Amino acid sequence: MSPILSIKNLNKTFAGGFQALKNVNLDIHKGEIFALLGPNGAGKTTLIGCVTGLVNLTSGHITVDGHDIYKDYRKTRKLIGLVPQELAVEMFEPVLGTVNFSRGLFGMAPHPAHVESVLKKLSLWEKRKNSMLTLSGGMKRRVMIAKALSHEPQVLFLDEPTAGVDVELRRDMWKQIRELKSLGVTIILTTHYIEEAEEMADRVGVINKGEIILTETKQDLMQKFGKKELLLDLENSLDSIPEKLSHWDLKLKSEGRRLSYIYDAAKEEYSIARLLSDIASSGLNYKDIHVYQSKLEDIFIELVKDK
Amino acid sequence: MNFYAIKAIYNFEMARTWRTLAESIATPVVSTSLYFVVFGSAIGSRITDIEGITYAAFIVPGLVMLSILNESVNNASFGVYMPKFTGTIYEVLTAPVSYIEILCGYVGAAATKSLVLSALILITASFFVPLEIQHPFLMVLFLILTAVSFSLFGFIIGVWADSWAKLQIIPMLVITPLIFLGGSFYSIHMLPDIWQKISLFNPVVYLISGFRWSFYEQSDVSLWVSLMMISAFLTICILLARWMIKTGYHLRS
Repeated sequence: MSPILSIKNLNKTFAGGFQALKNVNLDIHKGEIFALLGPNGAGKTTLIGCVTGLVNLTSGHITVDGHDIYKDYRKTRKLIGLVPQELAVEMFEPVLGTVNFSRGLFGMAPHPAHVESVLKKLSLWEKRKNSMLTLSGGMKRRVMIAKALSHEPQVLFLDEPTAGVDVELRRDMWKQIRELKSLGVTIILTTHYIEEAEEMADRVGVINKGEIILTETKQDLMQKFGKKELLLDLENSLDSIPEKLSHWDLKLKSEGRRLSYIYDAAKEEYSIARLLSDIASSGLNYKDIHVYQSKLEDIFIELVKDK
Repeated sequence: MNFYAIKAIYNFEMARTWRTLAESIATPVVSTSLYFVVFGSAIGSRITDIEGITYAAFIVPGLVMLSILNESVNNASFGVYMPKFTGTIYEVLTAPVSYIEILCGYVGAAATKSLVLSALILITASFFVPLEIQHPFLMVLFLILTAVSFSLFGFIIGVWADSWAKLQIIPMLVITPLIFLGGSFYSIHMLPDIWQKISLFNPVVYLISGFRWSFYEQSDVSLWVSLMMISAFLTICILLARWMIKTGYHLRS
């Protein structure tokens, strides 16, 4: 299946000489949620800007649904919705007016029923006559999403969509993003909240210093880079690892009261059973067992640190 | 052609005017009335007729041009600079719109406001002097050409400016002096020879002269030269605005 968004050999160097993107190659599949992760200044927003038309490419080629973003800009831009990171709104406009403006701008005939449905889904219908000035930050963020959805895009870019919104609203937005995915919309989101990517994404891409370090499905990423840690709370504290257990890579923690073993569950399928058996035969007694799975956040930090 | 986009931008820009309708109407009416009281009645009564036209009547075309030029430049430059300043320009830049559609929306709205304003000034003027317009169609043509070309010029300033100070500097330091030295309140024939020649480098002279001809069949320069000059200015502005949008000059990074 051909990708809905294809980026080939993309480079972007700004006027001052700073190279924000270095030979970026990326394919996004139709209907997926793709999370683009990266530290501040990694090039996430520049990459989105290149696809949406806000940033001029230095070199490279981008297609959306098979159409070149320059030659067929009318077709490609109609397919794309963008919710930028900054809260950029016309302060004196009413909510309904600004959403209708967006729909018209993208060449769509007025469709009051669609706009009403979008506003209702985002809990904005009651506020439709309010000017943007009177809305809270979270509500303004919702209006930005409503504006992007007003023209029925096939590909939706969400650049840090939940930045600065409270937990309840964030979860609300996650629900709406899942609903959009169920309607076949492809979603590309950048976020600082790794929890968000972990919760939402089908695939994850990591960008650092303008380079895409990896793209993997979330499951593959967790399997490849994810680690588990087994922790045993000992009955009696130890000064050192017993000789009988020296062939295991064990560490003492909490002043000798905890035994730690980090392992790769995918590769070491039966190791835990053997370790527990060895511990029992060494005469060590433990009160409790804990297992911690590394999160996407740990993987992300490790990947970015390595580079 | 993305007509929905043109309509969206045009209506959005016009909505700003409707929100401040009272100020939009009151300002030109009051300022025009003041010009007539001061220049038409107080000082004008002591000035002899100019080429058979009373001074109060003579300044009407100049006053209309003074307002239309200022308003066209100010409205269009503000119209495009404001979304740049607030960041909302991102929507226009990511939308499936060509440079023609962007210009039709922004420049069309700014020119419309200027034309409405011209009508208001002419109505106000008619209370102070008996107005006679020898060539009404030509007058309307001049008004439209001037409103569109200077709105385009304002759009270019709005794109070029990257601060509020820069947005003001061209209208204040260039447009206003050109208007005042362009024969708004006098005929350039009243100037010494050397200044007459220098005045011919001022494009506003051709606008006011042609516009005044449509009222009284009297002008400082030939009507056709006036039409050619305004058409040339219009063409240059279109080409410059087109280049700015296509290359993303001061719009895209």
